[in-house]
Amino acid sequence: MSRPESRGTGSTFLGMPARPPRVPYGDGNLRGEEAFPRAAAGELRNEQLRRNLGRATGTIRGKRLAVTGELPDWEELRDAGAALKTDALNRLPELLEELERKVTERGGTVHWARDGAEANAIVTRLVKAAGSDEVIKVKSMATQEIGLNEHLEDAGITPWETDLAELIVQLGHDRPSHILVPAIHRNRDEIREIFLKEIPGVDPSLDSVPAHLAAAARAYLREKFMTTRVAVSGANFGIAETGTLGVVESEGNGRMCLTLPETLITVMGIEKVLPRHQDLEVFLQLLPRSSTGERMNPYTSLWTGVTEGDGPQDFHLVLLDNGRTAALADAVGRQALNCIRCSACLNVCPVYERVGGHAYGSTYPGPIGAVLTPQLAGMHAADDDPNSSLPYASTLCGACYDACPVKIDIPSLLVELRHQKTEESGRSAERLAMRAAAAVMGRPRLWTAAQRTARLGRALAGRDGTIGRLPAPFSGWSDTRDTPAPPKHTFRDWFASDEGAAALRDAAREGERRRAERRTSGDDQEDQ
Amino acid sequence: MTSGTTGGSGARDTVLGRVRDALALAPPRETAVPRAYRTGRRLPDDERLALFTDRLTDYRATVLTCTADGTAAAVARALADRGARRIGVPAGLDRSWLADWDGEVREDSSDVPPRDLESLDGVVTASAAGCAETGTVFLDASPDQGRRALSLVPDLHVCVVDLSAVEAGVPEALARVVPGRPTTLISGPSATSDIELERVEGVHGPRTLVVVVRTDM
Ligand code: SF4
Repeated sequence: MSRPESRGTGSTFLGMPARPPRVPYGDGNLRGEEAFPRAAAGELRNEQLRRNLGRATGTIRGKRLAVTGELPDWEELRDAGAALKTDALNRLPELLEELERKVTERGGTVHWARDGAEANAIVTRLVKAAGSDEVIKVKSMATQEIGLNEHLEDAGITPWETDLAELIVQLGHDRPSHILVPAIHRNRDEIREIFLKEIPGVDPSLDSVPAHLAAAARAYLREKFMTTRVAVSGANFGIAETGTLGVVESEGNGRMCLTLPETLITVMGIEKVLPRHQDLEVFLQLLPRSSTGERMNPYTSLWTGVTEGDGPQDFHLVLLDNGRTAALADAVGRQALNCIRCSACLNVCPVYERVGGHAYGSTYPGPIGAVLTPQLAGMHAADDDPNSSLPYASTLCGACYDACPVKIDIPSLLVELRHQKTEESGRSAERLAMRAAAAVMGRPRLWTAAQRTARLGRALAGRDGTIGRLPAPFSGWSDTRDTPAPPKHTFRDWFASDEGAAALRDAAREGERRRAERRTSGDDQEDQ
Repeated sequence: MTSGTTGGSGARDTVLGRVRDALALAPPRETAVPRAYRTGRRLPDDERLALFTDRLTDYRATVLTCTADGTAAAVARALADRGARRIGVPAGLDRSWLADWDGEVREDSSDVPPRDLESLDGVVTASAAGCAETGTVFLDASPDQGRRALSLVPDLHVCVVDLSAVEAGVPEALARVVPGRPTTLISGPSATSDIELERVEGVHGPRTLVVVVRTDM
């Protein structure tokens, strides 16, 4: 597909700049097949998924609160993390150029990719140039976003996922359902079945004890680690100052991929760049504690270009745009690019907890996915574009904002996107989306929870502090749902009434009280 | 699909141009980075040791303490307790640490294929730094730590850490790392919780991590 490029070069500024393009429709894994409400309705019938997810999110939530509560300077770390990411985005051109220079100085090669198709083509070319028809992969959201595995397979290259959960997903011909625990929708018996069917030569008497299943995967993957000559990874950080890349993981499959093959290809979103090596001191505290609820993840690997006698001697860094510059062009929405993919917001989200990751149809599920996905890939005019429904996949309860280690104000971003969608498509499409969303959101408990939180009022106010710009979605919402309150009139009317004002005041107090409680007790009660 | 260009200077200029366009369309506000979090912490030896031990043990690593004179005895015990017979060591390892051990020792080099490392029962390395608050050891591929594959492929890793190199927190420990070196941060043995959230040790890296802390160094 051809598309108008914004400009040939970026060095001089002539006239009004063009808005950078979003991911082309239908490319990669940033769009599901059906709108969120319909997909969610299907997932809601999956009892197993809901049970597993409930347990997973509950467990991780508890661990996260315990280890974040341990640090007296947690809020200061969040402040630093948020500011560092914002500062890095503000200075993105110079930082990317610096990163490129440093990686090149250290013997690496840097490639730039405007979109997923281009990144896929670069990786394919590099793998072929290395003379290999297979690659080992360490879990990477960027490569999943662009559908690299599918593309490699089409080109006759076999990609082997080496993260245990990703392996389960891949062998099960399935899709990941959580950023952090992608196979959480599978239980041990299902995993055993998958292994028996898909791993060649696996012991037929394999039982479903997790340690035995992990051992089977270990034996299977060892062979791949030892024999595959090319690895593909993502990166959690890229340090401009030194050209250092970083991967944070638990299993050691990352270390295997980053160390044993001859060629390493790293695909990194351009928003992952950090200015200084010292900045790692912030993110190596924020990320593991927010993500797995650990003080530190078992393994972190940092590498810079190539090092003689140690690790791959051929290193390639692919810097990926794929809609990121489109998000960057939005003064409000660009906040979503601060995301460090910890998944904390998923684990506290009442909607995610019930419907799971598949309903979002994107590599990025949950609250951040609902914001990031439409920004990267757009909300298309077609009424049934799944991404148009994502900004409604939220109760705006604000738990995600409280949990986010880099303080992304997800509720406000969701409201902003709802607003943008309204502007684009007019009221009727809006009402359709809202009616459908109500099928999921129209649960008295969630509605009441949303109503009770102070955040709703603040989020409603949007970025300029007025609520007048947002009548349609909310009137649509209240018109079409069967909820205890508000019964007859529109949300807007209710909001303007004394009753509404009082409810919001109460909510503000209640929200404050809950947050204070959570801060002092480390208690894990979500607002629901 | 996109044009056939694969990452020539066209893509570079386009992406950088788009980034500049984006920032011109919505000019960012200047951001100061507040660094009010804790840095430069100093804790007395006994507190650092207690914290480090607690955190490592919590991650199911084993901690042995010794004096510099007792290093050889502690290393020998760590290996013998786990039935190791053949171990690998980086070329720059202080060989006096192995004085009390009577098993086979293979010195590693970059010529050894990683596959051969699989025949080792374990590996003994030094370390560059430690972080007490998180129970983390830092390896930076110095001659006494070896290439990254060495501490990865064998199933047992015995890592000798000097307490003087163990810092209280992450910022302090990270400051000891020389940027640009291949660096590995290790916090406990390899682990996964991917199957019904049940923790399993040793998926791909070493299943056993023993940290020998030398308290007078
Ligand atoms: S938005 Fe925040 S909480 Fe959610 S994954 Fe990103 S960094 Fe984590």
